[in-house]
Amino acid sequence: MTTTFEVPLHRAAHGRTGDKGNRSNISVIAWDPRLWDSLVAQVTEEAVMRQFAHRRPSRVTRHLLPRLHAMNFVLDEVLDGGVNDALNLDSHGKALSFLLLDLPITIPSALADCLAGS
Amino acid sequence: MQREILRVGCAAGFSGDRTDAAGPVVDALIAAGGPAVLIFETLAERTLALAQLARRANPDGGYEPLLDELLRPVLARCLASGVRIVSNFGAANPAGAARRIAALCGELGLRVPRIAVVHGDDLSGARHRALLDAAIGPAVDALKVVSANAYIGAEAIADALSAGAEIVVCGRVADPSLTVGPALAHFGWARDDWDRLARATMAGHLLECGAQVSGGYYADPGYKDVPGLARLGYPIAEIDADGHCVITKPAGSGGRIDAHTVKEQLLYEVHDPRAYLTPDVVADISEATVTELGPDRVRLAGVRGHARPAELKVNVCHESGWLAEGEISYAGARAEARARLAADVLRERLQGLGPLRVDLIGVTSVLADDAGRWLAQRAPGEARDVRLRVALNHTDRAAAERLAREVTALYTCGPAGGGGVRTSVRPRLGTVSCTVPRQQVPTGHNIVAFA
Repeated sequence: MTTTFEVPLHRAAHGRTGDKGNRSNISVIAWDPRLWDSLVAQVTEEAVMRQFAHRRPSRVTRHLLPRLHAMNFVLDEVLDGGVNDALNLDSHGKALSFLLLDLPITIPSALADCLAGS
Repeated sequence: MQREILRVGCAAGFSGDRTDAAGPVVDALIAAGGPAVLIFETLAERTLALAQLARRANPDGGYEPLLDELLRPVLARCLASGVRIVSNFGAANPAGAARRIAALCGELGLRVPRIAVVHGDDLSGARHRALLDAAIGPAVDALKVVSANAYIGAEAIADALSAGAEIVVCGRVADPSLTVGPALAHFGWARDDWDRLARATMAGHLLECGAQVSGGYYADPGYKDVPGLARLGYPIAEIDADGHCVITKPAGSGGRIDAHTVKEQLLYEVHDPRAYLTPDVVADISEATVTELGPDRVRLAGVRGHARPAELKVNVCHESGWLAEGEISYAGARAEARARLAADVLRERLQGLGPLRVDLIGVTSVLADDAGRWLAQRAPGEARDVRLRVALNHTDRAAAERLAREVTALYTCGPAGGGGVRTSVRPRLGTVSCTVPRQQVPTGHNIVAFA
């Protein structure tokens, strides 16, 4: 039996947010290629939609870049209008990568040494 | 075909970037020898609208406000060593920027260099209105338009460099085109050599945010440690004749370039990795690879290209009303409860004025949504140092100012111990994007003659 444990996504991956208008893109980049399969299985469009539910994205699209062990999420209409209209201090949504990186994921215990931080 | 490597260094990633970045980049370019270009990327999506407003106030202004500070430290060395300069720091007035550069050369005792001004991006004039009407529809007539600019490509830059320009001043060119233009001119690629154009485009994409690829905007203590964040080295791309590049930075500078910093920047502001759209090419990075060659040296390969889009993107910026913000702090016992009570008071006093955003800085602020769903889900806590922030948009300035007055009135009318009120009422700019057929947007350059 494979034992597993739960960690926040930021231990397995890092990322950065970009914005264009009312659309946000957030990269998720594996710290180690051995974590890739776990990320693909768990960091899904549905999981990201749930993580951002209060922002009411109209659509979440995931693009996979397996050669970079990275994925790119595009979240439509998630910025309350973005720099033009949002009332948020962070109207670009620059901080949103850290909301995504709080997503809990389950990792096989054998991959513990692939994780960042503690 | 020219085979020698072209080095492109980037010394600014936005208007307001560090002005001491260029010196070490220029030193590194000169030390490396060989053909080299220094770029400054200083235009974000709405910077041009601000520049148009500045030009309205002063017809000689409207270019990058820090132009002198960016150029003064490196102008003499660039001219003496043949490092050419390409930038969009012309903003809303490239010709004005060129005149200022010539004057600066005079002040520094330098010869006046051959300066080219790229034109064609500015669609704010009356003669372009029919084009915008066709692209946006009659709604454009209701807008108080401040700026309208097409994102133009690398060709005019390449032509200017081929004509011998030492400095090329642009307005709204696509950010990666600042790199593609010099590569096109240097290597003499065909202008439909989509793979090479796409590779140079992604080199430019890695450079265009300055230190964001070399450790800036990356550090996260214990997870992503970056040495020397206070003295970051800005990036240099070594571009080969096939357009592939190695990203590096000046020796001895702070920062970090590794596979992870490059991947983060590669995907920055990208949507579909198979179709990164620019005026020059459609780049496909879905099979891209990054390889660490050594300390602070990463190679990007595997980028492919497809034919450029038939249309150019246009951003139209317009006046859209007023943003009012107010803040007040509460500290000590029951600070959060007092801040929440103050928010309730403001909601009641400002009822009917429009949607009011409420933040409890120190409890939750930036991750929350404007409608307050996130905040409403959080049970009141015991935070002891809370800054209440409220904000709203309004088309009418006097109405917006009511928010500022109500926050200020909390000094005497609000909960106990509120302090440090700050308020602001600022004009807002809206943006409408559209595309126009590229043949409707002729571009080119002029070599400027100075009396």
